[in-house]
Amino acid sequence: MSPAPSKNYTDDVSLLVVTLDTNPFFWSDFPSHFSDFLSQVLAFLNSILLLGQLNQVVVIATGCNSCSYVYDSSSNKNHASTNGTMPALYSNLLHNLDEFIAKDKQLTTAHEPGNVPSSLLSGSLSKALCYIQRAFRSGPMHPQPRILCLQGSPDGPEQYVAIMNAIFSAQRSSVPVDSCYIASSNSSNSAFLQQASYITGGIYYKPPQLDGLFQYLSAVFATDLHSRAFLRLPKSLGVDFRASCFCHKKTIDTGYVCSVCLSIFCEHHDKCSTCSSVFGQAQSVAASTDNRKRKAE
Amino acid sequence: MSSAQQVVKRAKYKTTVKDPGTPGVLKLTREKFVFKPNDPTSKNKLEADFRLIKNHKHTKEGSNKPPWLNLAHSQGSYIFEFESFSDLHISRELVGSALSKHVEPSKVVSDEQLSASEMTLRIKLLQEDSKLQKLHKELVASGKLTESEFWATKKKLLDQDESRKLKQRIGFKNSLIFDTKPTSDGRINQVKFQLTPEIKYQIFTLKPAVHQAFRSFVPSKMSEVDFWNKYFRAEYLHSTKNAIAAAAEAAEDEDLAVFLKDDEILENEARKKIRLVDPTLDMEADQGDDYTHLPDHGIFRDGSKETSEAQNTLYRRTLLQDLNRQSEVVLEGKTLDTDMEHPKTVAEVLARRNQRFDGVIEEERRIRISKMTPIDDLQAQDDHAFAPLCIKDPRDYFDFQQANAVKPLDNSPAAKLKTRSNLGYEEAYGSLRESISNIKTMGLRDPLLSPDVAFKVLTGLTKNISSTKSNLGKSSQESVLDILPSATKEKLLDNWVCSQELLKHFWSSYPVTTQSLANKARRLKDAISQIYAKLEEIKVSSQSDLRHQVSLVVHPMQQALDAALLHYEADLGKRNAKGSKPNGYV
Repeated sequence: MSPAPSKNYTDDVSLLVVTLDTNPFFWSDFPSHFSDFLSQVLAFLNSILLLGQLNQVVVIATGCNSCSYVYDSSSNKNHASTNGTMPALYSNLLHNLDEFIAKDKQLTTAHEPGNVPSSLLSGSLSKALCYIQRAFRSGPMHPQPRILCLQGSPDGPEQYVAIMNAIFSAQRSSVPVDSCYIASSNSSNSAFLQQASYITGGIYYKPPQLDGLFQYLSAVFATDLHSRAFLRLPKSLGVDFRASCFCHKKTIDTGYVCSVCLSIFCEHHDKCSTCSSVFGQAQSVAASTDNRKRKAE
Repeated sequence: MSSAQQVVKRAKYKTTVKDPGTPGVLKLTREKFVFKPNDPTSKNKLEADFRLIKNHKHTKEGSNKPPWLNLAHSQGSYIFEFESFSDLHISRELVGSALSKHVEPSKVVSDEQLSASEMTLRIKLLQEDSKLQKLHKELVASGKLTESEFWATKKKLLDQDESRKLKQRIGFKNSLIFDTKPTSDGRINQVKFQLTPEIKYQIFTLKPAVHQAFRSFVPSKMSEVDFWNKYFRAEYLHSTKNAIAAAAEAAEDEDLAVFLKDDEILENEARKKIRLVDPTLDMEADQGDDYTHLPDHGIFRDGSKETSEAQNTLYRRTLLQDLNRQSEVVLEGKTLDTDMEHPKTVAEVLARRNQRFDGVIEEERRIRISKMTPIDDLQAQDDHAFAPLCIKDPRDYFDFQQANAVKPLDNSPAAKLKTRSNLGYEEAYGSLRESISNIKTMGLRDPLLSPDVAFKVLTGLTKNISSTKSNLGKSSQESVLDILPSATKEKLLDNWVCSQELLKHFWSSYPVTTQSLANKARRLKDAISQIYAKLEEIKVSSQSDLRHQVSLVVHPMQQALDAALLHYEADLGKRNAKGSKPNGYV
């Protein structure tokens, strides 16, 4: 990224970091095609760039083994392979995406057929935040950053801690995380994305009509942060605030909380696995084993 | 048996061991014992309460003594001689159980013995907070919790009130000790100074040089009395305002000179303070503008304007100096917590305190300088402000998640996917790459979306936005609880508070290590099951159209109670299963 102090950034210039779910297992089962989804997203990205000359778009692919930057509108390498049939944005992005998927495939390890790996949302959120931090440091005037998660695969509860950390760091840097959750069934929602958008003040939306995705994207997620103050955007109801336990990574309703470090567990432990605090009952158990030993002597 | 409520035995009552004894009938009940002599005219009638009995002793079977039971009270003891040892044993058992019964409740009372102020505080808190009062009535009056248990979790409330009436601390005395004027009776050539431990302490804090001198001279070089004699001699010389005489005396006695000279430590401190002044401010350059250092402008002690030779100024003190020093110490406002009887210890404590100070000051100066002289090139950019981590307000939190209460949460996203995932990863990745190459060759879908889809999306979005607006207004009418009639709502809220309190007590009584905790857990379990039943009742009695909503509200409460009940059963089972109870467990 070339810092351009001469550019006159105003408050409606956006830096949009998009995380794109490329979980092959999700897309292969999904009723609508990945190509349909991708063409709607590509059109949306193009329209963001068209909205303002200074707008910047970064795309991060979220695979199930890795994640990587696949497009950066401010990069100089972008004008490599334009063959005239397609804008540079599309051809570059598609080229990088293809490479990324090939790499991601090599990283795949054998998994049980019933067990679908979830996408590495935590990784791509962290990458997005890193990129945004660089933008913050590029100079006194920088574009207004926001993150848009285009996610379809279900949450991986094992990523709970990492994702929550990313969410809180986004909140602390005042970076809103918008989420567009793509799912075929009506009832399912992503608790992670709901919480991310709720905590960071972004928008969570689950488009009910997937063939109109472009319109949802441009109507709900295209507006810059400054203009959002004047618009009424969809609000999400029923945010799922449930947490994952640290021991088995299960999503739980009620559980045990470490009184020292607030780690969450689904069952009683003698010792906190995070901060090694010994919980009350453990002491008397220790005492009892001591006692038994003494009796045995 | 010991469970017998009453024992009647023939026995002899003896006032002392030597006393032959009065034959009669002894009647023991759980509350008291009555002795009736056979001879109705005898004065040795006895009726006493077990409450007055301190302890009991008895003679052993097989010893050569007759079967005696000795009940000791505060003034002496009652001795009964039974006809046989079996009679003695039966009586003894009853006495034992009667005594233990009387001991136990008295213990509980002592547990809850409260000072009157504590009691009034509790009453006041209850009066101020009607909800607390309700809870107190519900839980304590019905015996679900004892008074002390109830307040044990409310310690914060009690403490809060305690802190309100914090005592005011005593500061440093504001009287000028420099003015400890000598009293002279006028007849003989003698002056007297008054010296109290407090004055000594004041002297030490005000004059570090005296403090230092005290630490180095006493008791190695001179006695304490000598030290103070010298000190006041110097003070006296000061008070005569005769600088020349003072200088002469100082030349003769070097110890005295310590007191007469200006306080060197104070000067050092003053120099340090000058260094604390903003480094960009040049004091020396400004001194030219200052006229007070010129002769005749300094105000000398007690207003005298005596001017003498320059070399003697060393032995002169100004009132301004004194006043400044005094006010400085007063503002520091430190009092010693140790008693001031021993000047030696006072001196030690002061010395330690001053040491701690010096390092800090140097540090501060360095920080100040670095702040004053920023070098732009080396400064880190701190133009990006961080938002504080926030936990939003509870109402907001509730509004956002409450829709979940109405619809079931989908618990198993993974389970759902299990049924569909039937492709190997080769195929999955293959199809993904195929889609990409599709776009590469075909371009984007054209048209991107059909007009009727666009229209559907538009109406859908509009509807969604307008409906969430009406659903999620700031009006509290929308929460499930508010749909219910107010009576039901009140009842639910009361039960909620009550169950929360009970659960708090319940969980805090685990792990069960003593019998009293076990009792408490049992008591709380009963109370919890009562509340459970009450909730069930509310659920059933509510109107049919609201029953669903009520059950939604009640469900999480019952879940929490269920968890407690389950834990109780499991724990009880575990404890009973253990054959030999390990140490610490009951």
